[in-house]
Amino acid sequence: MNNPQLDQDGRLRHLLSVEGLPKKILNQILDTAESFVGVAEREVKKVPLLRGKTVCNLFFENSTRTRTTFEIAAKRLSADVISLNVNSSSQSKGETILDTVDNLIAMHADMFVVRHSQSGAAHFIAKHVPPHIHVINAGDGRHSHPTQGLLDVFTIRKYKPDLHNLRVAIVGDILHSRVARSEIHALTTLGVPEVRVIAPKTLLPAQVEKMGVHVYHDMKAGLKDVDVVMMLRLQNERMSGAMLPSSQEYFKTYGLTQDKLRLAKPDAIVLHPGPMNRGVEIDSSVADGVQSVILPQVTYGIAVRMAVMAMLAGSQVAGAKS
Amino acid sequence: MKIHIKNGRLIDPKNNIDAHLDLFITAGKIIAIGKMPTDFVANQTVDASNLIVCPGLIDLSVRLREPGDEYKASLVSELQAAVAGGVTSLACQPDTDPVLDEPGLVEMLKHRAKQLHLAHVYPLGALTRQLEGKILSEMGELQEAGCVGFSQANTAITDTQVLWRAMEYAATFGHTLFLHAEEPFLARDGVAHDGEVASRLGLKGIPSAAEVLALASMLRIAQETGAKVHISRLSTAEGVAMIRTAKQQGLNISCDVSANHLHLTEHDIAYFDANCHLKPPLRTQRDKEALSAGLKDGTIDAICSDHTPVHDDAKLAPFAEAELGATGLELLLPLTLKWAVDQHVELVQALAHVTKYSAQILGINSGDLSLNSDADICIFDANEYWKVGASSLKSQGKNSPFTGLELAGKVKTTLVHGQIVFQG
Repeated sequence: MNNPQLDQDGRLRHLLSVEGLPKKILNQILDTAESFVGVAEREVKKVPLLRGKTVCNLFFENSTRTRTTFEIAAKRLSADVISLNVNSSSQSKGETILDTVDNLIAMHADMFVVRHSQSGAAHFIAKHVPPHIHVINAGDGRHSHPTQGLLDVFTIRKYKPDLHNLRVAIVGDILHSRVARSEIHALTTLGVPEVRVIAPKTLLPAQVEKMGVHVYHDMKAGLKDVDVVMMLRLQNERMSGAMLPSSQEYFKTYGLTQDKLRLAKPDAIVLHPGPMNRGVEIDSSVADGVQSVILPQVTYGIAVRMAVMAMLAGSQVAGAKS
Repeated sequence: MKIHIKNGRLIDPKNNIDAHLDLFITAGKIIAIGKMPTDFVANQTVDASNLIVCPGLIDLSVRLREPGDEYKASLVSELQAAVAGGVTSLACQPDTDPVLDEPGLVEMLKHRAKQLHLAHVYPLGALTRQLEGKILSEMGELQEAGCVGFSQANTAITDTQVLWRAMEYAATFGHTLFLHAEEPFLARDGVAHDGEVASRLGLKGIPSAAEVLALASMLRIAQETGAKVHISRLSTAEGVAMIRTAKQQGLNISCDVSANHLHLTEHDIAYFDANCHLKPPLRTQRDKEALSAGLKDGTIDAICSDHTPVHDDAKLAPFAEAELGATGLELLLPLTLKWAVDQHVELVQALAHVTKYSAQILGINSGDLSLNSDADICIFDANEYWKVGASSLKSQGKNSPFTGLELAGKVKTTLVHGQIVFQG
């Protein structure tokens, strides 16, 4: 079976999920991102790599932060950017996803950044676009959010360069989290020896251990001696679906407080993909504390997204030459 | 019309025949096997050299999409698909629009099917009105109109008291209930087996327990009421074990498995292949092996195609939003043959699961090549490969998990009631 993300020569054609990407490509993305971190600090925050290209942010599900960072990333690469909240336009008129995409291709979009509430939506679009079009998954249902997973490992690498000697805990709603799935694949592929997930059984997917993680239900045991704590957002609707009794009880058992964080290594860092629910999954003193790297995550997110777009555009140029 | 089918390898599971024997047909009936009757002069001779001659296949679960969903498929297209697949009799599900819960609708369907002179159609009536699981349908009237059994299609009766009454009432008159075992609350919004693959892909799962729980209630109520129950499309290893035990206890039950589930697992979903969005969901390798073993040891009686033609556009969506179902009528024979080859099962035994046992379950006088029986016959080349795809399928539903695959087993001639209705 062909890997839909790679072209015949094994180069990145779409970024749909971290799963299925070789370590070499993940490292290539992270290393390329490294070179883009400096761009933001220059007076002129632009490089001309995507000049003349049109990047289309196609958001079938609402998002502010992810859409904004993708927009900034594309603009810093000198691309023309269109952002569409399809939720509020065509889809409500009954247009299918493919019709929307085809129309934008007819307007000569080169790259799609797609967010959709259904798992597999980005794969579906990638399967139906012509070969010169690139698709970046900006989150599909519970499945994948690869740039988030990659920016998280990028951030970790910045603070803890030796990935082969780390213990990482991911805490919270693993079941519904595309971020958690992407983080797990990124960490395990890059050789992090111990990845833990900490959650009540209601928020863990079936056979999660087959993804190569150690399962903990108790925060105290799970956080012991970890180098990195990755918190997940808990959505309010989980309280109504018999997943959890209340946000208060959740905070008591799984909320990250200074007390619980003390069980981790003294130099452990804390990540959160945002937006945070303070007092539900994370205490403000932790979110704003010295161990938090939550804002650097956002900054690095732009560099990582620039790297992915540049690599996709680059693979197209190389492909055209051959 | 007198037809002579010569030089074929005759396989008749019911009479346990696997031998090179000619068949002689007069006025729709088989009048001689092996030796030509002295006064027989054939109007037509079918040369079946190097071919297998077997009873026409009987499919226990088909959606014809008529009435109401003709944009997905029509009676004509699907009955042509049936005979192209060697299927000469089929039971169709009542989840049409309107639902098959009115005798008039059933009579109309039977009448229209009969006029087409293709495969025989045996409707399964809706067990409850509108398939709502609340009020029993008029089973007696529906039976008179032509229903051979009663089904809830993919919907469940959540109220166990209604299920109990339905079984009691059906048992009173000896009707067979065709039930699909899936507990609807556990299965709610699920689109794939709740396991490794669904977890990785972020698809909402349907746990095996959904089948096990529903099956436990059905078997228990069947035992209490003495109803004759056929479990449609079993999918789990635990389900197979439960049916095995229930049969040992003497319950009046039978069951089938879909050809898809004999060959595919959750891993075939791969990168969200919407053709693998099926009901029940494709499960694990362990389940697949248990289904196969169950079929071999007689726990599972029959193989059905679960033919569910879907419009191409309805599959053009992300996995969970893509309409469920796959075409199947033309794949039932090749997938049964593939199972036989893969599992080292004799053809005469494998074909019994799509002829002899299916006929018994429907209570119809068909599925064999006995003397004086109706000449519903399938003649096929077991060694000819063909590629599954839109151009090779007659069915209006072109979606199949097997698209692009080459399968062995090509139907050459199909006879219904002694008339040649398909030649390929």
